[in-house]
Amino acid sequence: MIELYESQRAMRNMRRAAMQRGVIAVLDVGSSKIACLVLRFDGSEPLEDGIGSLAGQSGFRVIGAATTRSRGVRFGEIHSMSETERAIRTAVQAAQKMAGIRVDHVIACFSGAGPRSYGLDGTVDVMGMTVDEQDVARVLSECEVPDFGHGREVLHAQPVNFALDHRSGLIDPRGQIGNELSTDMHMLTVDAQAIQNLAHCVKRCDLELAGLASSAYVSGISALVEDEQELGAACIDMGGGATGVSIFIKKHMIYADAVRMGGDHVTSDISMGLQVPMATAERIKTFYGGVVATGMDDREMIETGGETGDWEHDRRTVSRAELIGIMRPRVEEILEEVRARLDAAGFDHLPSQQIVLTGGASQIPGLDGLASKILGQQVRLGRPLRVHGLPQAATGPGFASCVGLCLFAAHPQDEWWDFEIPSDRLSGRGFKRAVQWFRDNW
Amino acid sequence: MSRMEPPLTRPDPQMARLDPSASRLKYRIERLMLTPVFRFALRVGLPFALCFGGASAWVSVEENRQAFNLMVADLRASVESRPEFQVKMMAIDGASAELSEAIRALLPIGFPISSFDLDLPAMQAQVVALNPVKSAELRIRQGGVLQIDVVERVPAVLWRRADGLFRLDESGVLVGAAAARAAHPALPVIAGAGAEQAVDEALALYAVTGPIRGRLRGFERMGGRRWDVVLNRGQRLMLPETGAVRALERAIAMDQAVDMLARDLLVVDLRLPRRPTIRMSEKATQEMWRIKAIEAGGD
Repeated sequence: MIELYESQRAMRNMRRAAMQRGVIAVLDVGSSKIACLVLRFDGSEPLEDGIGSLAGQSGFRVIGAATTRSRGVRFGEIHSMSETERAIRTAVQAAQKMAGIRVDHVIACFSGAGPRSYGLDGTVDVMGMTVDEQDVARVLSECEVPDFGHGREVLHAQPVNFALDHRSGLIDPRGQIGNELSTDMHMLTVDAQAIQNLAHCVKRCDLELAGLASSAYVSGISALVEDEQELGAACIDMGGGATGVSIFIKKHMIYADAVRMGGDHVTSDISMGLQVPMATAERIKTFYGGVVATGMDDREMIETGGETGDWEHDRRTVSRAELIGIMRPRVEEILEEVRARLDAAGFDHLPSQQIVLTGGASQIPGLDGLASKILGQQVRLGRPLRVHGLPQAATGPGFASCVGLCLFAAHPQDEWWDFEIPSDRLSGRGFKRAVQWFRDNW
Repeated sequence: MSRMEPPLTRPDPQMARLDPSASRLKYRIERLMLTPVFRFALRVGLPFALCFGGASAWVSVEENRQAFNLMVADLRASVESRPEFQVKMMAIDGASAELSEAIRALLPIGFPISSFDLDLPAMQAQVVALNPVKSAELRIRQGGVLQIDVVERVPAVLWRRADGLFRLDESGVLVGAAAARAAHPALPVIAGAGAEQAVDEALALYAVTGPIRGRLRGFERMGGRRWDVVLNRGQRLMLPETGAVRALERAIAMDQAVDMLARDLLVVDLRLPRRPTIRMSEKATQEMWRIKAIEAGGD
């Protein structure tokens, strides 16, 4: 796992460098839009314990925001490199222009690439009287890494729980007295190809990648309120090409997955069903879309328009009930798929089963009613947290992952690679081991 | 960096309109323009470098440099030769006729001349270096006049030396040669080694010689430390080093009381203040001895 350490640590160092410069960009590479926010850090780090004022997001301010139509991204994965690069460039350029400052470091998130969750655990005997950094490092490296297959890369590896002897649920075991330290870790792997593509696109834009995150995870950070994260909740981020699912408990993500369906599929259904172009279908969906038909909807006629020159073809109308009839099955299908993922993750065993719908496609009227039928009773629509300086246009649910990425940039969760490498794994680094020995003994 | 390959699908014209995208070059230029260092260099460094480079290139040509120097010189000359800066004449105030002549001879200036060409401090030093000049002030007056205000030294004593007679002012500074004693009847005469260094003492003595002024010939410095008052008929008052004025006053008082100086004596020695001593002439001594002998009843 050393090579994983290396690349992730390099990104962490990049993030630290960006923090020192005080400016960092976050980039949400979605299937329907690419959003870029430029953050300025004032350097006011929160207090050591607790999360500080304003939910820990007082340290930064959004000074630039831009959105552009996504190109070359399908199902949350990069499909056409040059197109995506162009879209990223457009978004970054506009955000930079608004911020009036050049950004060199970017933290990106994407939704697709087939995320797969693994629960890891490891146990180790404490070497000294009390648990120290080395013990934590050892127990983390002791975790049995499953064979997640060739061509996949670890995106997140977060220790979610520490247990010392028979006391579980420890956040920070350092300094405590015990004999046996064990940990639970949540590891998320994605296709290495997707990460490489994204890294390449970002690099071609003369930017440095300072971090990567799963968009299901970051939209969970921003859309779930604190007690939902604590007691257990699932965040359904309904994007354009993929729908991300993340489950949180005790403020840690324990499961993430993605359904390769989203709002774009609804649009293409409309396009096919009504025989209209995608652009028109998108407009009709956003203006008149819904999932629950009422008697009124039979009488509300929608002009589909057209520019073929054929009067009959261009003057077609469709009732809203018909539109809903096209949309609903697809939305149901998405939600059913999400249900299956949640069931597979054992979501129904959680003490609280709050479900929060967010993402651009969650703005379909009546979705919460439909979702509560499929997913369970406790469903609400989530909007991202308010952060400093965020323009009004970027406060909608479609920007949940963007805002979450801001929070992630400001206060990233400790991941595996943030801990020290255990000294016995540092083969052939005698000097470092000597330094480590000195540090441990004095 | 390879050029962007064209999209494989034909772009939807309606969507392309909604789809602004920056070219790679434009993106890079914009990022460059947002770089603070680059902007500073563009705003400050580039104009400075351009100006400096242009000026250096121009100056590096020898002809340009000469032309520039010539232009500066011409400009300077044209300003200096303006009538406002011309000095047309010299006016000397406070100096006697011969001193004025001496100053004019000392400063041979060809009028008219620009005031920039006159070195007033040097000229002032030259004028002050003249013996009869105590102080001098040179300035250029309005109307193009070089005004020289001279304060002349006032001769206070005549100084008799082996090589002639000189005038000194009250501080003992040489004013000039004196033609003859008779030309300066009001000035006392001093002589002797070191006399010019004690002119003030001589003047103090002279001030109290009122009653005997008609008989006064002068003051002689003896041994560089004390004064002799020389009267006519070869008489001489020897004054002490300290309290000379008082001693002289006493001698005058004695003269007035007993008509001492009218008698046939050569020297009144006042060097010991408590015991004034007189030295009579040879003849008077013989005469006194004769009278004493008569009084004694001899012959």
